[in-house]
Amino acid sequence: MTDTPPTTDVSEPTRLKRSVFQTLELDTRLLGMIGAFLIIALAFNILTDGRFLTPRNIFNLTIQTVSVAIMATGMVFIIVTRHIDLSVGAVLAVTSATMAMVQTAVLPDWLGIPLGSPLIAPIAIASGIVVGLAIGALHGWLVGYLTIPAFIVTLGGYLVWRNVGWYLTKGQTIGPLDENFQIFGGINGTLGETWSWVVGVIAVAFVLWAMVQARRSRIAHGFPAKPLWAEFVIGGIAAVSILGFVAILNAYDIPTIKLKRLFEARGEVMPEGYTAGYGLPISVFVLILIAVIMTVIAKRTRLGRYIFATGGNPEAAELAGINTRFLTVKVFMIMGVLAAISAVVASSRQTFHSNDIGTLDELRVIAAAVIGGTALSGGLGTIHGAILGALIMQSLQSGMAMVGVDAPFQNIVVGLVLVIAVLIDTIYRKRTGG
Amino acid sequence: MLDTATERSAPPLCELRDMQKAFGGIRAVDHVSIDLYPGEVHGVLGHNGAGKSVLMKMLSGAYQRDGGQIFVNGEEAEINSPRDARKYNIETIYQTLALADNLDAAANLFLGRELVTRTGMLNDPLMEAETRKIMARLNPNFRRYHTPVAGLSGGQRQSVAIARAVYFNAKILIMDEPTAALGVQETQMVAELIQELKRQGIGIFLIDHDIHAVKQLCDRASVMKNGKLVGTVKVDEVTEDDLLGMIILGKKPGEAAA
Repeated sequence: MTDTPPTTDVSEPTRLKRSVFQTLELDTRLLGMIGAFLIIALAFNILTDGRFLTPRNIFNLTIQTVSVAIMATGMVFIIVTRHIDLSVGAVLAVTSATMAMVQTAVLPDWLGIPLGSPLIAPIAIASGIVVGLAIGALHGWLVGYLTIPAFIVTLGGYLVWRNVGWYLTKGQTIGPLDENFQIFGGINGTLGETWSWVVGVIAVAFVLWAMVQARRSRIAHGFPAKPLWAEFVIGGIAAVSILGFVAILNAYDIPTIKLKRLFEARGEVMPEGYTAGYGLPISVFVLILIAVIMTVIAKRTRLGRYIFATGGNPEAAELAGINTRFLTVKVFMIMGVLAAISAVVASSRQTFHSNDIGTLDELRVIAAAVIGGTALSGGLGTIHGAILGALIMQSLQSGMAMVGVDAPFQNIVVGLVLVIAVLIDTIYRKRTGG
Repeated sequence: MLDTATERSAPPLCELRDMQKAFGGIRAVDHVSIDLYPGEVHGVLGHNGAGKSVLMKMLSGAYQRDGGQIFVNGEEAEINSPRDARKYNIETIYQTLALADNLDAAANLFLGRELVTRTGMLNDPLMEAETRKIMARLNPNFRRYHTPVAGLSGGQRQSVAIARAVYFNAKILIMDEPTAALGVQETQMVAELIQELKRQGIGIFLIDHDIHAVKQLCDRASVMKNGKLVGTVKVDEVTEDDLLGMIILGKKPGEAAA
C-alpha cells in the first residue's frame, strides 16, 4: 500500500521522467530473464570455444526443451491457482504407454488396422489426449470438489500413473513407434527451409497485426498510446527475433548422407553440391502453437481471468460468482492434455516408449515455471516466462554437459540456480511492490 | 430522512423473513426478520459474532440459509449463490473488499461479469473505458488503472469496491463496515456517496460498529445480539445510549434489561 495521497499519481503528470523501458512498456522482469539467458548462452559459448551457439546446438537445445516447456505452460495455471502437480512426469509416462500400446497392439491386432496405416498416428494421439484429459479431470475433481490438497492427490498420482503405464506395457520397451507419429520427435520431423520461412513470415505478420489492433483500440477509447517510435522498436525487435530464429534453424544442414538416402527413397539422384537445412522442428512448432493458445487463454478469456482472480483471492473469486471448484477441474484437465502432448513429443523423440520416460519431469516442469516467475503463493505467472524458464534450465544442463562438468555438479548447479532465481525474484518483487 | 407517509405505502424493496443459520451447534442467526425500503439506509448493529454479517451474507448469497424467506419487491427470491443475488441487483461491499489483489481496477470491477467482444474474448479496453467513467464520478483523482489493486491506497481500493457495486445498477446495497479502514477524508467521501445513492432510491443495509456513524447515516437500525434480533428502531427516536443499551444489554428502549 502506498502512502501517497490519490492526487499525486504516477501516470500522466510524470510522463516526462519515464525511462526508455517504461515508454516501451516492456516487462523489466522478462528483460532480466532474457538477459540471464543470454549471459548463460554467451558464457557457455566461450567455454566451449563457440560450440554452444551453433545452429546445430541451438536446434538440439530447442527440441530438448519442448517436452518440459509444453507442460510448464500448464503448470503455470496450476500454480497460479495455488495448487501443485507432482504427477506430470507419471501422467506423461502413462499417456505415452497408452499411445504406444494403441499403435502397436490395439489398432493392428485387435481392430485390424495394419501397421503403417495413416490412421495409426492420429488415433494413437487422440487416445493419449483423452487419457490425459480424464486423469486431469479426476485430479481436478479430487482437489476441487473433494478438497483433498493437490499436493497429496498428485503425489498419489505420481505413484499410481507411472505404474499403470508399466502394467499396460508389462514393463516392456515399446518401439519403434509409427513413422507418422515420430514426426513430432524433433529431428525426424522438420518443416524444411521454405515452410519454416513461411511460418516465420506469418508469425511476424501476426505479431504486427496484433500490435496495430491493440494500438487502434487504445486510441479508439482515448487512452494514452505508446509513441510511434516505441511501437516500431518493439515490432522491429520481434520481427528480427522471429526471422533470426528461423534463419538459425534453417542454417543447420541435413547431413549429405541422409539427403542422399532421401533422394534414393524417391528414386532420384541427388544433384552435386545440394544442401538443405532442417528448419523449424514440428515439435517446436507445436510448442509455439501451445504457447500462443495458452497466452490467449491467460490474457483474453474469462477462463484465464478467473484463473488469475482465484489465485489472487479465492474468496473474492467465489463472491464474484466464479465456480472455483469447476475451475480447478478445468485447470487440471488442461494440465493432463498438455502432459499427453508432451508424451507424444518425448516418446517420438526417443522413437520408442520406455517405462522411465518423463522421470523427474515433474520437478523440471515446476522448476521451469518457478524460474519463469510463477509465484507459489498464487496469482502471478506468465506463459512465456515458464517457457523461458524451461529454456534456461535446458541450456544450463546441455551447456554443462558440453563443457564436461561432472554429472553430480550439473544437478548441484541447477538446484542452486532454482533457489537463487526465486531469491532474486522475491527481492525484485519487494522493490517494485508488484 | 425517510418520508414514512409516502415510502411506506409501497411494499418493502427487500424483506428477510424468519432467517436462520447455524454453524455446528451455534445459532448464528436465529429467526430474524428485517426489511428495507427504497431510499432507506438500514443500519445493522451488534457485537462481533452477533450474527449481523451472517444475516447479510445470506442475502448476498455468500451463505446458504438454513431457513427463512427472502422477498425482493414483494416477490419471493431464490438466493443460493452470489450469482443469484446479483440477478436481483443485490450488490455487496464486503468488509474485506473482496478484491483480487493481483488484478487491476477494471478486472476487479468486472470480475464475474466481464465484457466480451463478438468473438467471446475479454474486451479489456472497453472495460477500462467504463471503469474510467465510473471512477471519474466516484473518485476523480483515481488514475492508476494499470496497477494491480494491491498497489493502491486503502481509499482507492475502497472506491474500486464501491464502483463495482454501483456500476451494475444495484437496487439493494449491502455495505459491511465500509469505513472501517478509512481516514477522515475518505470516510466523508463514503458518507456523501451513501447520501447520493439514497437519493437515487437505492436501499442500503449498513453493517457498522460505530454508533455515531449509524446515527448520522441511517434511517432505521436493527440491533442483533447472540443471533437474535433485539429490535428495530428509527434512529431519530432513540439516543446513542439507547442504541448502546440494545447492543450491550440486549434491551429495547423503554424496557427493563433482559
